[in-house]
Amino acid sequence: MSEKSTEGRPLKWVGTRPVRPDGVEKVTGRARYGADFARPDMLWGHVLRSPHAHARIRRIDVRRALELDGVKAIVTGDDLPEIASEQAFVGEEPTDYRMLSQNVLARGKVGYVGHAVAAVAATTSAVAEEALRLIEVDYEILPHVLDVLSATADDAPLVHDDLCDRKGVKKNPSNIANEIEMGHGDPEAAFTNADVVVDRSFTTQAVHQGYIEPHACLAEAGPDGQVTIWCSSQGQFMVRGYTAKLLGLDLAQVRVVPAEIGGGFGGKTTVYLEPLAVALSQRSGRPVKMVMSREEVFRATGPASATRIRVKIGATKEGQFLAGEAWLDYEAGAFPGSSVAAGSMTIFAPYAFEHARSHGRDILVNKPKSAAYRAPGAPMAAFAVESVVDDLARQLEIDPIDLRLQNAAREGVQSSFGPRYKRIGFVETLQAAQEHPHYDAPLQPNQGRGVAAGMWFNAGLQSSAAVMVNADGSVSVISGNPDIGGSRASLAMMAAEEFGIEYEKVGVRIGDTASVGYNDVTGGSRVTLATGKMVVEASQEVISQLCERAAKVWDVDVKRVHWADGKAKVLDDEAIEPLGLAEIATGAARTGGPIQAIASGSVRGVGMSFGVHLCDVEVDPETGKVDVIRYTAFQDAGRAIHPSYVEGQIQGGAAQGIGWALNEEYVFDDSGRLENSGFLDYRMPVASDLPMIDAVIIEVPNPDHPYGVRGVGEAPIVPPIPAVVNALRAATGVCFSDLPVSPPRVLEALDAVS
Amino acid sequence: MSKRHVTTTIDGEGREFLCEDWQTLLDVLRDVLMKTGTKEGCGTGDCGACSVLLDGRLVCSCLMLAAEAEGRVIETVEGMAEGDRLHPLQQHFLQEAALQCGICTPGFLVAARALLAQNPDPSEREVRFWLAGNLCRCTGYDKIVRAVLAAAAEMRGAEA
Amino acid sequence: MEYASPRSLDEAIGLLSQAGVDARPMAGGTDLLVQLRTGARRPELLVDLKQIPGLCGIDCGSQGFRIGAAVSGAEIGECLPLREAWPGVVEAAELIGSTQIQGRASLGGNLCNASPAADSVPALIAAGAVCTLIGPAGRREVPVDDIVRGPGETALGEAEIIVDFRLPRPQDGTGDAYQRMIPRTEMDIAIVGAGVSVRVAESGECLACRVALGAVAARPIRVDEAAAALMGRRPDSEALEELAARASAAADPIDDKRGTRAYRTRVAGVLARRAAEEALRRAGDRWAARSQSS
Ligand SMILES: Cc1cc2nc3c(=O)[nH]c(=O)nc-3n(C[C@H](O)[C@H](O)[C@H](O)COP(=O)(O)OP(=O)(O)OC[C@H]3O[C@@H](n4cnc5c(N)ncnc54)[C@H](O)[C@@H]3O)c2cc1C
Ligand code: FES
Ligand code: FES
Repeated sequence: MSEKSTEGRPLKWVGTRPVRPDGVEKVTGRARYGADFARPDMLWGHVLRSPHAHARIRRIDVRRALELDGVKAIVTGDDLPEIASEQAFVGEEPTDYRMLSQNVLARGKVGYVGHAVAAVAATTSAVAEEALRLIEVDYEILPHVLDVLSATADDAPLVHDDLCDRKGVKKNPSNIANEIEMGHGDPEAAFTNADVVVDRSFTTQAVHQGYIEPHACLAEAGPDGQVTIWCSSQGQFMVRGYTAKLLGLDLAQVRVVPAEIGGGFGGKTTVYLEPLAVALSQRSGRPVKMVMSREEVFRATGPASATRIRVKIGATKEGQFLAGEAWLDYEAGAFPGSSVAAGSMTIFAPYAFEHARSHGRDILVNKPKSAAYRAPGAPMAAFAVESVVDDLARQLEIDPIDLRLQNAAREGVQSSFGPRYKRIGFVETLQAAQEHPHYDAPLQPNQGRGVAAGMWFNAGLQSSAAVMVNADGSVSVISGNPDIGGSRASLAMMAAEEFGIEYEKVGVRIGDTASVGYNDVTGGSRVTLATGKMVVEASQEVISQLCERAAKVWDVDVKRVHWADGKAKVLDDEAIEPLGLAEIATGAARTGGPIQAIASGSVRGVGMSFGVHLCDVEVDPETGKVDVIRYTAFQDAGRAIHPSYVEGQIQGGAAQGIGWALNEEYVFDDSGRLENSGFLDYRMPVASDLPMIDAVIIEVPNPDHPYGVRGVGEAPIVPPIPAVVNALRAATGVCFSDLPVSPPRVLEALDAVS
Repeated sequence: MSKRHVTTTIDGEGREFLCEDWQTLLDVLRDVLMKTGTKEGCGTGDCGACSVLLDGRLVCSCLMLAAEAEGRVIETVEGMAEGDRLHPLQQHFLQEAALQCGICTPGFLVAARALLAQNPDPSEREVRFWLAGNLCRCTGYDKIVRAVLAAAAEMRGAEA
Repeated sequence: MEYASPRSLDEAIGLLSQAGVDARPMAGGTDLLVQLRTGARRPELLVDLKQIPGLCGIDCGSQGFRIGAAVSGAEIGECLPLREAWPGVVEAAELIGSTQIQGRASLGGNLCNASPAADSVPALIAAGAVCTLIGPAGRREVPVDDIVRGPGETALGEAEIIVDFRLPRPQDGTGDAYQRMIPRTEMDIAIVGAGVSVRVAESGECLACRVALGAVAARPIRVDEAAAALMGRRPDSEALEELAARASAAADPIDDKRGTRAYRTRVAGVLARRAAEEALRRAGDRWAARSQSS
């Protein structure tokens, strides 16, 4: 692998803000998202969902539904193959294929309100919905558990009684699906040497990713066994892999065409509808379209886990952190696989600890299966640890940024999750926050300022990209990752940079699963990083081919040819007129045919991105309402290819974190039914809730990327919760340990102290 | 029952369609007329992705029956550009990078257009409150608000 | 389900009485179409009221105002004379939903949906609004106070509809205001709402006061005890605190996904006091404007 650094090389596109290649179609309504596809003769599919949190399915009678005019196919759990237990790789959260299959369609038992029980395809959406009402399900209601405490009680009803560990060995019956432990040193002993120890417990509620586009797909199964799926997801290869696995199909029979995706944030790194749509299409012989309602999205997809976290940190009176220990319980939902491992990894990651340990537990409850949500597991952990760091700063009377600087992880430090850090930008990010005018701007009564830090990894994983030179000298790039937030632009810019051509001369397409090599999901902040790296490598390969072709034309030794400013030149002979891309491409037929290259790889060298956020809030002491009045977010982007999209990621992550802190939460009634399954009562921030969010980009290049890029998608959601809560504490003097800090909770806490 | 026949004007074009009485205007735009530029995020009036203008008034097309469109004038995002000339709002959404995933964009553009038609010089606060019925989960609204303010300034300049 | 769009009151009443319980009148549809979508209601017939002249438009006469029951929030907001006269009613109507919802949502629908949390209702009660009802049995006038019976339940007879709302021309020294508590700044259903109207003498003495609360009982309630705290005196902070305490005491809310009982009770007083302060300020401004112009 050639690792070309860009240091010293003047860059023309990287760092500028061109209009994205897919921009015009998205502002004119022409871009096609998941629900925008149709086929002649298409059927509509709908899903019957469980009204119970936990019940055995004694019998499903679909006869009356099948008799309804217009109903063409129905599938229930009996119609899908039994899948053996096997660990799947789901982008960001672990899943077992058998469990995934059961989540897509219940077998024998339902595990949460909203769990899919049957699917119907009919000639119209209305007929399919009518048919759902005619399906009779005989349930035997079982006792349910809805939170970590009751799920881990001695006499708790079991969500599953047949759980196996990773090796397929049956485990003792319990709702603790998994336990992990990591760290180094001996924190317990080290606490005894500490001058101060802060030990606090925190709770957070389940929250939804809140993408505006509901899950949607269209599937067509031909009589020859060929299957085509049009859908929006964070990975067409993921959809292909899971659908094929769940239905027992060969990967080569399934083609997934990626639609534009209307937001995912981790929530679209798994499948819900696609296997059902394919199964219905196989049975009916017609294309089947399925679109979730918003209510279904809330009840049956998503959420990020509710958690209980205890954090203990000991420090010297000079402010040096000696030891940290954390206990993290994350709700997995009705199937194993929360983000507790990542929570345990990140919780102490920003700091240098001689002794650090975290204990994580993945706990089953009768709620929808949790799914990845932007920096999965980390925001809750950061809420806990950054609140404790805030306490330490207060007790030790040290400036909170100074305290963090004193203990900040830097190159060479042993991380709490294992490896030693390479070059990272945490210190620079903290310093930028400290020097920013926001940090000591004056505040009014009832206002307070909070600061908090957070980090997230950049997954590398598998990527492929193809780069081809067209006859007119323009360049086509094919990537296999859906573009959620402007990655087409970044890829085009990197290619333009490599070739030394105009950005407009590069076209980027997202290929379907049959037209580009395998790519892992768009997630883990990896597209600009890893797929970008493949685009750079493929471009470099194409450039060396271009040099070879030019050498042929000139009949000179290829070693004398080099590429600069979009042209092949002979280094030592000024007299030879350089050849541009178009000239070489036009003559390609005579020099060896079409010019293209494919790069694929498993990108290693996981990077880290750190963020530090400053938040000012104002509290209405009579109603407990909290307004965010100023917000500045600092983040190490390594290098910002397209600064607007980096800022956009930072602003969007901050807004989601603010919502999580202030008002977002799943509210369940005692029977396990979600009470706020719509946007009116699931309170995500609206435009008038937020101030401008100033994004400050710090650039400490990532040594593992040709342009120094760090993935920036996820880290920005990690600091906001503690930044808001620390600001609220500064404004009121009250410690908050439970999310969300909604007006009733704030007012109650204020009353308790006054 | 046979279907209802509705005559209306959509994006400047006389259109006729057949619909069921219970179908919303959004259903008909997307599934009957195949005009999928208008998006559905909730179907219950909460997200604004389905925003259209009804005789110049901003409404959610998911909270209006298609039958109510009889004799009315409907404008969607698909009619904003004139040929290949983008509306200043569209132009500024691109320049300011006011979209990430873009699913909310049609609704924001239509809503912002309605705002600027009645208030050519809105404050940041006015923009934020006017657009509070349009949810965006990707951008944190910052760049959307800036794009609307920039488009307003340009449009005022063009008038003057 | 079928849709009908009658052009006259007679036609509408005829359609509604023919279809009986299976029919629903519809104004903006912002409650009704959501209920249809979620399956909460399954009417056989929707009778659109927006094409009936009597339910449209706002008249501003010398005697007072007539607001058609199907007039949208946006139109109400655009009616300057009404805003001038009853700013509390207008601000309450404008709080309903987003700009998009404003394009459709009506006062008639807000009232007849009979949610305890409906924003315009406490403001209308405080302002002393009266509505005109027409049904198979004829026409009657009923104060807004008496329409809502409980969640989803009204005093309307079968096939009876609200045609319009009447508000008087405000007397000198009148002021009204509406305040609500929501966790966000927009797009939320009130956890508590409070409407207050006052009439003060030029001296500042309070001659009349009405207080109404939303979302703290099974229906919007008028709280005369709270209003009495201001009557006959120049409302000072002590009187306003008294009003707040009595408003809280009158609140009898539930715990639900939107807020707790304790919170609602407490905040009912705070908002009643704030609404009263704003109403008094507006009343004072009216006197000031009057003395300036004379
Ligand atoms: C996103 C969103 C946000 C909302 N925010 C708010 C809010 O902030 N505050 C608030 O109070 N409400 C809110 N609502 C609820 C709703 O918008 C209001 O209640 C609105 O005023 C209803 O008016 P409408 O004309 O749309 O009623 P419709 O839906 O047409 O009717 C509502 C009910 O009243 C009946 N009805 C309508 N008109 C008459 C009449 N003239 N005579 C007899 N019966 C009649 C109907 O049969 C129906 O039962 C919101 C709704 C949505 C979707
Ligand atoms: S789809 Fe109409 S408001 Fe969400
Ligand atoms: S850009 Fe994705 S929701 Fe707005």
